[in-house]
Parts: sequence; C-alpha cells; structure tokens
Amino acid sequence: MSSWPLLSLVTFLPLLGVALILILRGDEAATTRNARWIALWTSLVVMALSFVLWADFDTNSANFQFVEQGVWLPGLHIAYHMGIDGISLFFVLLSTILTPICVVASWTAITRRVKEYMIAFLVLETFMVGIFCALDFIIFYMFFEGVLIPMFLIIGVWGHGRRVYAAFKFFLYTLLGSVVMLLAILAIYFQTGTTDIVTALNHNFPPALQTWLWLAFFASFAVKVPMWPVHTWLPDAHVEAPTAGSVILAGILLKLGGYGFIRFSLPMLPDASALFAPLIYTLSVVAIIYTSLVALAQQDMKKLIAYSSVAHMGFVTIGIFTGTPEGMQGAMIQMLSHGIVSAALFLCVGVVYDRLHTLEIARYGGLVHNMPKYAFVFMLFTLASMGLPGTSGFVGEFLSMIGAFKINTWVAFLGTTGTILSACYMLYLYRRIIFGTITHDDLRAMLDLNRREVAIFAPMIAIVLWMGIYPSSFLHPMQPAITHIIQHIEAARQTAPDTSLASR
Amino acid sequence: MPIAPLPNLLAALPEIFLAVAAMALLILGVFQGEARAAKEVSWLSVVVLVVAIFMVGAQNGVRHVTLAGMFITDGYSIFAKILVLIGSAFSLILSIRYNERENISRFEFPVLVLLSTTGMLMMISANDLLALYLGLELQSLALYIVASFDRDSARSSEAGLKYFVLGALASGMMLFGISMIYGFAGSTGFDTLAAHLGGQATPSAGLVVGIVFLIVGMAFKISAVPFHMWTPDVYEGAPTPVTAFFSVAPKIAAMALFVRVMVGPFHTLLFEWRQVIWAIAVASMILGALAAINQRNIKRLMAYSSIGHMGYALIGLAAGNAIGVRGVLIYLAIYLFMNVGTFAVILSMRRGGKMVEGIEDLAGLSRTQPAMALALGIFMFSLAGIPPMAGFFAKLYVFMAAIDSGLNVLAVIGVVTSVVSAYYYVRIVKLMYFDEPAAGGAFDRHIGVEVNAVLMVASIIIMFFFLYPAPVVAGAEAASAALFPG
Repeated sequence: MSSWPLLSLVTFLPLLGVALILILRGDEAATTRNARWIALWTSLVVMALSFVLWADFDTNSANFQFVEQGVWLPGLHIAYHMGIDGISLFFVLLSTILTPICVVASWTAITRRVKEYMIAFLVLETFMVGIFCALDFIIFYMFFEGVLIPMFLIIGVWGHGRRVYAAFKFFLYTLLGSVVMLLAILAIYFQTGTTDIVTALNHNFPPALQTWLWLAFFASFAVKVPMWPVHTWLPDAHVEAPTAGSVILAGILLKLGGYGFIRFSLPMLPDASALFAPLIYTLSVVAIIYTSLVALAQQDMKKLIAYSSVAHMGFVTIGIFTGTPEGMQGAMIQMLSHGIVSAALFLCVGVVYDRLHTLEIARYGGLVHNMPKYAFVFMLFTLASMGLPGTSGFVGEFLSMIGAFKINTWVAFLGTTGTILSACYMLYLYRRIIFGTITHDDLRAMLDLNRREVAIFAPMIAIVLWMGIYPSSFLHPMQPAITHIIQHIEAARQTAPDTSLASR
Repeated sequence: MPIAPLPNLLAALPEIFLAVAAMALLILGVFQGEARAAKEVSWLSVVVLVVAIFMVGAQNGVRHVTLAGMFITDGYSIFAKILVLIGSAFSLILSIRYNERENISRFEFPVLVLLSTTGMLMMISANDLLALYLGLELQSLALYIVASFDRDSARSSEAGLKYFVLGALASGMMLFGISMIYGFAGSTGFDTLAAHLGGQATPSAGLVVGIVFLIVGMAFKISAVPFHMWTPDVYEGAPTPVTAFFSVAPKIAAMALFVRVMVGPFHTLLFEWRQVIWAIAVASMILGALAAINQRNIKRLMAYSSIGHMGYALIGLAAGNAIGVRGVLIYLAIYLFMNVGTFAVILSMRRGGKMVEGIEDLAGLSRTQPAMALALGIFMFSLAGIPPMAGFFAKLYVFMAAIDSGLNVLAVIGVVTSVVSAYYYVRIVKLMYFDEPAAGGAFDRHIGVEVNAVLMVASIIIMFFFLYPAPVVAGAEAASAALFPG
C-alpha cells in the first residue's frame, strides 16, 4: 500500500477541477472550451488513480483497505474514516469510469452554461466516490444527501420540458427517504457510542431495535433502488434529465440503494433482514413483472429504459436478500452490469436525440440503413440488457436467480419471467427504432456515429464483454467481502437465541 | 450606618459598557445634528458591539453570581451573548446603507439597537424572574420603536403597533405567571427556586399554571406557534434591516433565556413542562413548513421559516439535558449566519433604486448575478438542512438530542416537516437557476462593500462549516455543561 492518502485523493480531486473551472476568466467561447477540457482531464486523472486502487487492492482480504482515519468531531466519536473493500471497490471504479464518459457525451450536447454543468458533474463525482468510501455514518450521510444538490440542478437547469416537476419530485422523494435513515443513524450512534461503520457492522443490535432500524434504512434505500411502489420518481427524472444526467442516475444513483442494502441492512441487521426478506421478494417480483409490462407499453425511449431499470434492479434486491454467496455475487455483478448497460442505452438514446431532438419511438425507424455502426452498438447493449450469455447481464441475472432458487423456487420462477419480458420490450424497442423503412427525410439525413461517440462506446462494450466472458476478474476481489458478510450473518443467527434467552 | 458593599460589577461589565456607550453615542448624535451623525454613530455602534464581544470573550467560564443573586455569568452566558452581539453587529452593518437609501437614516437607530442588545445580554444573564422581566422589557421597548422606524410608512407603523400590542399582552401574561410562581414557590430567584423545587415530590397546580404562563410569554418572544401571529406582519412591515435584526438577535436571546429558565430552576419539573414544549415545537415545525409554501413575499417566507426553525431548536429544549442544550446552541449559532446571509441578499434586491420583495423577482438570478445566486443557494440548501451545508449539522444535533431522550415521535415529525419545508427553500433555488431572468432585469449593482462582506463571511461559514466544526461544537458543549454542573 502506498503512503499517499489515495482514497481521499480520488474522492476530492474533482473539487480541484471545480476550483480551476471557477477561476476561469475570459470570453464565453474560451471559458466554455477550457471548462470542458479541465473537466475531462480531471475526471481522467481521477479514473487513472482509481485504477491504481484496483491494482493495489489485496483481493484475498475481507478487511477494509486504504483506510484513512482522521479526527473530525473528537468528543462525539465521529471521525473522518474512509476505506474500501471488495464491494465498494467496483462502485468507486464505476463512478470514476462513468464521469469522463458523461463529460465526453455532453461535449456538444450541452451548449448552455457549460461551466456550471461541468462543475456540477465534478461535484457529483466527489459525492459519489465519497459515498462508497465512507466508513463513518455521518460522512456517508453527508455524501449520500449531498448528491441531491448537483443532481437537482442538472435535471432542473439542463433538462427538457417538465424538468422542474421532475427535479422537485426527485429531490423531495429521495430526501424524505434519507432523512428517516438519519434518525436510524442517530439511534445506532446511541446504541454503539460511535458513528463508525466498522464498529456498527460488528455490533449485535437487539432484535426489536433491528426491525425499526431496518425499516428506516429500507425507507431510504428502497427509494434509491427504486423498488416498486416508490419508483415513480425515476421515469420522470430520466425523461427530463439531460443524457449525461440519465447516465449518472441509472449508472450510479440507483446503485446507492443496492449498495446500502448489501453494506448496512444485511450484515448489520441480520435478524430483521431475514424477517423482511419475504417482503423484499414480493416487492421485487412485482417490480420485475409489473414494470416490465409497463415498459412494453411505453412510447418514449427514455421512459422505456427507465422502467426496465426498475425491473433489473428487482433482480438485485432479490439476490442480496437471499443471503447466499451466489445471490449476492449475482446482485453485485447485476448492479455493475446494469450500471454500464443502462448507462450505455441512455447514451444510445442520447445519440439519436442529439440529431432529431425527440424521444418519441414512433418518430424513428429504419436507422439500420444509414447508421450501421449505431445499429451494431445499440444491438449489443440491447442484448446485454436482456441478459444474453456472453454479456455481463447474463452473469448477474443467472447468479442471482441461482441464489433465489436455493431459497425459494417460486421467487426464482417469477423472477425468471422478467428475463423473458425484458427480451420482449427490448427487442420491440430495437425493431421500432432500427429496423423497418425510413419514413421521414430527416431520419435519412442523420449521420452515423462520429469518432467522439465511438470513443464513448468502445470502453463500455469492452467492459460488458469482459464481465460476460470472464467475470472472475470481478468476482474474485469481492469474494472475501461477501464470504465475510455471510459468515457474519451465520454467526449472528447462531448467537441470536442465546442473547434473547439471556435478556429474559 | 453601615454602607452596603458595592456589588461585584466586573461580571456585568459588557452590559454596563453597552449602556454607557449607547448614552454617549446618543449625546454625540444630538450634538452633531441628525444629518451628519447617523452614519458615524452607526459605525461607532458596530465598534462598540465588537468591543463588547471581546469583553464577553475575555470572561472566563466560571460561574459568577452578583447583584444580590440577580445576575449570573457562566460559560453558557458567554456563548449566547457572543451570538447575540454578532447578530446585532451584522444587522447594524446591513442597515447603514439601506437606511440612507430609504431616507430613514437617523442616529437614534443604532442607539436603540444598542439598548435593545443591552436588554438581551441582561436576559441571558438573568438569574431571577424579575431580572428576566427587566431585561426582556428593555429589549422589547427598543424593538417596538425600531419596528416602526420608517415612520412615514403605514406598513412599518402598523408593524410596530402590532408588535407592541401583542408584546404587551405577552409581557402581561408572563408577569402573571411570575407572580403565580412567586406565590406558590415563595421566591423569584433561580437558585432558591431550584433548591426549593428539588425537594418537592409533586409540584402544586398553581406552580404549573405559573410556569405555563411563563412559557407563553417566552414562546411569544421566540414566535413559536400558537403565539406567532405577529411574526409575518412584523417581518413584512418593518424595514428590512430591522427584520434581519428581529430574526436573529432577539430570537437567540429569548431562546437562550428560555433554556436557562426551563433547565435551571424548573429542571425537576421536566416531565411537566416537556409536554408543553413538545406541543409548541411540533406546532411550530408544522406551521413553519406548511404556511411558507404559499408565500410570495420573501420577508413573509422568512418569517414562517424562522417559526419553523424555532420549532427545531425547541426539540433540543424538550430533551432537557446537556445534549439537548448543546443542540439548541449549535442550532442558534448556525441559524444566525444563515439568516444574516439570507437577509444580506434580500437587502440587495433593489431594482431601479427601489426594494423588491417578491420571490418571483429572484427569477434568473444565476444569470444576472451568479455570485449572489450561489450565496443564496447555499443559504437555502442550508436552511433546508441538506448536507454538507451547516444547516444539516444544526438539525443533526437537535435530532441527536431527541433520539437520546427517547423523543422519537418528535424526531420523526421533525424530519418530515424538514422535507416539506425543503420544498419552499428549494423553490427559490429553482427560481434562481431554472427560470429565465425576471421581467425587470438585473438588480442594481453596487450593493455596498459592507453588505458584500457580510454576504461573503456568512456564505463561507455556512458552506465550509463541515471542514472545521470543532470550535462551535466544543463551545456549545462547554456552554451547555455550565447549565448542568456535576
């Protein structure tokens, strides 16, 4: 391990870019150009640093690594504590990879207030990385809620038609969920005497308290995932957000819920997690089937992908709460895969939106004739989204369904219908946009992917195939952490009867 | 005939200094004549307040009771007094240019502010119900006048009159409560009351009624529901710097006094008065969250916002222990800077040489004045309690106290209302950032160096509080420890 505070560097380096953009002076065109380049270089450097994290990561250890500890509020046992394990590592990487992609994707699409736009994205990157690195609840919560501010502005300032409505809905919905979690954090603080996450993870909470804490965390994470029936903010936010905003929403923000479940709910509150697992299964199955059917009926491209996200995240929540190694690994891979695939799908939508400025599916058709490269890229991500073997989506869905099958065959059966339905709506979408004959002249005039767009998609294609063909490079580092969680749950289950007897 | 020994006046030095300075400045103003003196007296008053801050800061935190048990200084009073003095100084700085522009620049204004600040310091140091009342009245009488300071404006006069009538009513109720307490407990001194009530098993009904009346009076001063009626009208009617002053210094002083009375002499009756505090805290939070949604005038909006914020601060009082008092003090400290900063922006809302107060006038501010929009955005997110702004920490510490004391329902209501109130704070961000610039165009430039400075200081403190919260937190911790010896 290097002596550099690598995690803090990765987390806070984007703020240096923000500072540089803020001091930019000069005429409009020059500052705009410089802001873009500064944002790109900052995010690329951050990405390179995060690869160093991966390279230096000890894949055989379940402990938190690159740990940094500093005094923050000494009298209160609230400290600046950062560290990552096999679970958070990949979310950090996902955040740092998607940010430069977002910057490049917005290169020509955003022409208005570019400086502020780039600042918002860099601040967002700091918050996102911070969430996954934080090992203190208060630090975690600060990043977790802080995300709302830049995202609110991104949707509201650079969004489309009903952007104000969507921005408010997103903001208030997720805020309501997370403030309840704040109370749970405070309850944990008085139970353990500290807000340190590592301490809390090894603390045995009394079962009655576990139930309340679990529900409070659930309120926050279920909105973020989002689980049915609190998913309604997502389609609105996606449709109105600019392309890069949708990418971050689908790629990272939806993962916060899953990350919260796997990091906090499951290991810290094992009894309550077992108690509420049927609830999670039910909601997830409803989400998978219901939102898949809703997706089938959409006339708007972004809405369709948004609903498909809800369905795909249903696999994640099922996988996590099976408490089996397969289920949890599947959930992790599914989250990473969805982070790349749905982000790529939104970028695909963005490509045609930039050219035609409409999201209506019926306006398109026959693009294969004049945009063959685009048709290929879109097809690849469509298939990945359906979970075709060889792509990342297959690994995630397959593993989480194995986990579900071990626990409850009905959940597995109903969940699997989701993969069939996803094939229906994705292929239906693909057919309507890509195949058929070109009916409008403006469609005929559309140009195929330019070099910038190819540069965006190439790394994403590589990751999707890598994850699908050789998932071990991702499964291996997270293995110890997941085993550790499962051992922890087993230990808690065995000691649980003793403690309840002792307390009588 | 033996001469009574002179009481130890050193403890009351800041108050004495303020009172003497106010009179001296009054004389100076009279001799110089109205036209020239106003600006000079204002700046001198700011200097006086700054000197007073250092005088208060120079006191050590040791408990000191003087003036026949009427007056107390301890770590608690130091913390609260510094907040009040900062609030008064900032409000005065904000008032100077405004008063000149509105042609209400008179040297009496800073003098009245100084006198009222003296009253506030006396309130904070009160160790006897009578000292409490004297401090409160000195403060209030000066406030009634400054509320109607723009005497040619019907709105301002109305505000002053309304404030006076309702304030007098509240004072009367409070006096009634004090007399009940005296009748049933036999003393007005805090120390005697505490000793007397500590030995009692169940308090007499008369005493409880007295305490309730006392609470009514205090609730009026901090404008907690259901004694908040005056707040929106007075906030709207009074000249804007006066509103800024009202929203910080008197509120902080009254809250500090409220806390001292409740956890001092009446601490043993915690379970009796907690229900009352609980109810007014809940009512204030709910009203503050709901009533502000439909406001179109930014000063009225801030009035309801302050009602809500007092509700949150009261959560700490309802906890009734050292953690709770620490929460209240941190809340007040952060509230001070959020409000001063917001009012600095409101004071800069001038178009064509005239004040505008509609929140729609802020539309598109991020295009016309990006720096000011950023500052107001920071204050609004902070008032809404979104991290990493300071307002989040304010709420964090009071909710921490509530959870610690088992007031879970109160905490849940608190977080839910904070989400509701986030709507109207964030709507201002929406106006500034999402909307096209308002029809009237940009606000007037040249808002003044001093207003800019206040704005900068407040926004930096609110934005970067999280980097180094230790001074405020440790200060509040020491201050609350002073109220809970042993």
